[in-house]
Amino acid sequence: MRTVVRHNLFWPLMALVALLVANTVHDPDFLAIEVRDGHIFGALVNLLRQGAPLLLVALGMTLVIATRGIDLSVGAVVAIAGAIGLTFAAGAPDPAAPATVLVAILLALGACAVFGVWNGFLVTVLGIQPIIATLVLMTAGRGIAMLITSSQITTVTSAPFKALGTGYWLGIPIPVIIAGVVLAGVALLTRRTALGMLVESVGVNPPAARIAGVSARGLTWSVYVVSALFSGLAGLIIATNTMAADANNAGLFIELDAILAVVIGGTSLAGGKFSLSGTLVGVLVIQTLTVTVTALGIPPSVTPLFKAVVVIAVCLAQSPAVRSRLAARRRQAAPNAAVAAEVAL
Amino acid sequence: MGEASAVVEMRGITVEFPGVRALDGVDLTLHRGEVHALMGENGAGKSTLIKTLTGVYQPTAGSVAFDGRPVAFAGPGDAQAAGVSTVYQEVNLCENLTVAENVMLGHEPRRGGSIGWRATRRRAAELLERLEVRIDPASSLGAHSLAVQQLVAICRSLVVEPRVLVLDEPTSSLDADEVERLFRVVRRLRDDGVAILFVSHFLEQVYAISDRMTVLRNGRLVGEFRTAELPRRELVHHMIGGSLEVLERLEEAPKRSLAPDAAAQPLVSAVGITRKGSIEPFDLDVHQGEVVGLAGLLGSGRTELARLLTGVDKPDAGQLRLDGRPVRFGSPRAALRRKVAYSSENRKAEGVVGDLTVRENIVLALQADRGWARRLPGRTVDEIVARYIAALGIRPANPDALVRNLSGGNQQKVLLARWLATAPRVLVLDEPTRGIDVGAKAEIQRLVADLAADGMAVVFVSAELEEVLRLSHRVAVLRDRAKVGELVNSEDVGTDDVVDLIASGEAP
Repeated sequence: MRTVVRHNLFWPLMALVALLVANTVHDPDFLAIEVRDGHIFGALVNLLRQGAPLLLVALGMTLVIATRGIDLSVGAVVAIAGAIGLTFAAGAPDPAAPATVLVAILLALGACAVFGVWNGFLVTVLGIQPIIATLVLMTAGRGIAMLITSSQITTVTSAPFKALGTGYWLGIPIPVIIAGVVLAGVALLTRRTALGMLVESVGVNPPAARIAGVSARGLTWSVYVVSALFSGLAGLIIATNTMAADANNAGLFIELDAILAVVIGGTSLAGGKFSLSGTLVGVLVIQTLTVTVTALGIPPSVTPLFKAVVVIAVCLAQSPAVRSRLAARRRQAAPNAAVAAEVAL
Repeated sequence: MGEASAVVEMRGITVEFPGVRALDGVDLTLHRGEVHALMGENGAGKSTLIKTLTGVYQPTAGSVAFDGRPVAFAGPGDAQAAGVSTVYQEVNLCENLTVAENVMLGHEPRRGGSIGWRATRRRAAELLERLEVRIDPASSLGAHSLAVQQLVAICRSLVVEPRVLVLDEPTSSLDADEVERLFRVVRRLRDDGVAILFVSHFLEQVYAISDRMTVLRNGRLVGEFRTAELPRRELVHHMIGGSLEVLERLEEAPKRSLAPDAAAQPLVSAVGITRKGSIEPFDLDVHQGEVVGLAGLLGSGRTELARLLTGVDKPDAGQLRLDGRPVRFGSPRAALRRKVAYSSENRKAEGVVGDLTVRENIVLALQADRGWARRLPGRTVDEIVARYIAALGIRPANPDALVRNLSGGNQQKVLLARWLATAPRVLVLDEPTRGIDVGAKAEIQRLVADLAADGMAVVFVSAELEEVLRLSHRVAVLRDRAKVGELVNSEDVGTDDVVDLIASGEAP
């Protein structure tokens, strides 16, 4: 039992369960899943579908944070990707042609990769602190998106494109499939190859990693490119969900949700060890929280406050200082039992 | 020196952590006006005893008396208030503050509700003067060398006019000159009646400065001795106890075999390599199977030379040849690719990756060389890791232990294992034995001799001249950021010859 409680993801998972229970109490149908026309429907399915873009962004963020960095520009990149994708489709002779959609997607992701290269260049070559380096694109990016959309909310009608955000494949929402595939891909790439260990070595001790022959610059540079690519994918999903590219509001504050998800998942902002499963749980907590706030009818103006309270509670429960203090109190209450348990650990 | 003069009396101190008894009934008595050395190998309990004295740990059993009155320090603050000041091995200062601010932090003279900055700087300047540290108190601490920072840390401990001063490995980053300067201050404090507890791995320094010593082994007290009455050999014997094998290894100095054929082509050859502000142009040849020692004072350019050979720093001019062919290392990665490895003097900051496991640390360089896509098969990793854990005697012998939890000596062994796993042809070892215990030191020296005998070319950097002479076939001597000479080692070359060369800059 004690080892279960001590597990890094115990408290985030507890928070998730508590939120799900609260929702179920409020709406007994919350957990219900039904199959209609071969597609699965339900509040949980919606939750996953809406959480998919956040998971994509948070996965990139996890890798960036593992190298001691941070990427504030992800929200802006989300907006840019949507703007490029939809503007290209809108300008094409036949927006619904598969070829058009494919080119739009590749164009958007290509541009995101370029922005990732830019971020990586500022961080690794010029040596600018990541928070400042990515702040540049965070502020400039929405301007770029506005230029692309000519300050309009670009809308377009294209069935194949819309499928990216709202479609189903084998009964499962396509955004969920995309996020799942990317999660599995990142997990395989980092844990089945040596990539994870090398990234962690760069995050824990950059000079030591360099002297050990790890190409720290190359690795750091590539995580920013990966982060931008994943954000671009998220941006396309968000834009095609409503088939409207909103340069001002698409992905607004998603960088904060992504950073919170990573932290809730137990990856330290100081860099080093990272946990992809932790990030997944973190994203689910954040996303369920967002859903809960809406479901409970809490006014949108106080939503951030509600989020903050839950996040602080989870972080406190995870913090070593609070844990040791609680443990000390328990030990006073039952000295022998506590010592026995410590030794057993 | 009667019992009346005892400032600190610790009796039967036992400290337990969950599952471990770190100290078992240890006594320690510190008198007014003495320098008392605390001796023992890594893991003997020295740090635990110091931390009990300074209030960081509370003893499970035993008593501490201060001036004859029993006390129980609940925290470091209590101990400081009673007059116990401590300088730890690791410099615990703020690099981005000025020297004066660091010295006076927490003790700034107040004027009304605000800090009297002028008085702060004046007081700091006085203390620096007392230690003969001639630096600008208004300069930023980070701009100074580690050695100067260490002296500033010692200055800081004098702010409170301590009655007991604990110096935990204060000299590990100082050169001979600075050590002498520190010792002058220590003697002056002793004459003023301060009780000084001195911890060091350098036996020579312990004999030079201490009046008495307490020896610990495996958390138990071996005894208290007068320094003048305890021969070195016996002290070492007390410290390492029954393991005579280690003692023999120490005694049986690795043979200084004849230098390899000088006519043969050197494996590595540096011609006029230089880097502005770092080291003057130097030439250096290292043959296969040869150990070349680099000797010189701290700041003489030893480390700079080592880093230029291995791609860690890039030279401004000059040529590096490997097997007679010119090479250019743009990074340590490029050097490792050509089987040239560098082990940094700064084990913590540039060596081990603390949050990774022993296993990951050992295979890191090998894996980095293969690239991320070609992961070493699990079985190969296990085999390599098991081999080096056994060969180097890494403790705990657990591949999944986090390296930051290992002792300094074992971290060094993990680091060595990392470089050896890449099967280097040239191994540049910068201070591989600094701050580690006698037994581990002997093992590492032994290993270096064996590696050279197997044909590796080794460049060995150490502040300890005895060690350099014991291992090297040739010694390159540096002074003031320039190579001033070279000595071919033989039985009749002694440390005096090296010192002469450093002093005069001319070969005898």
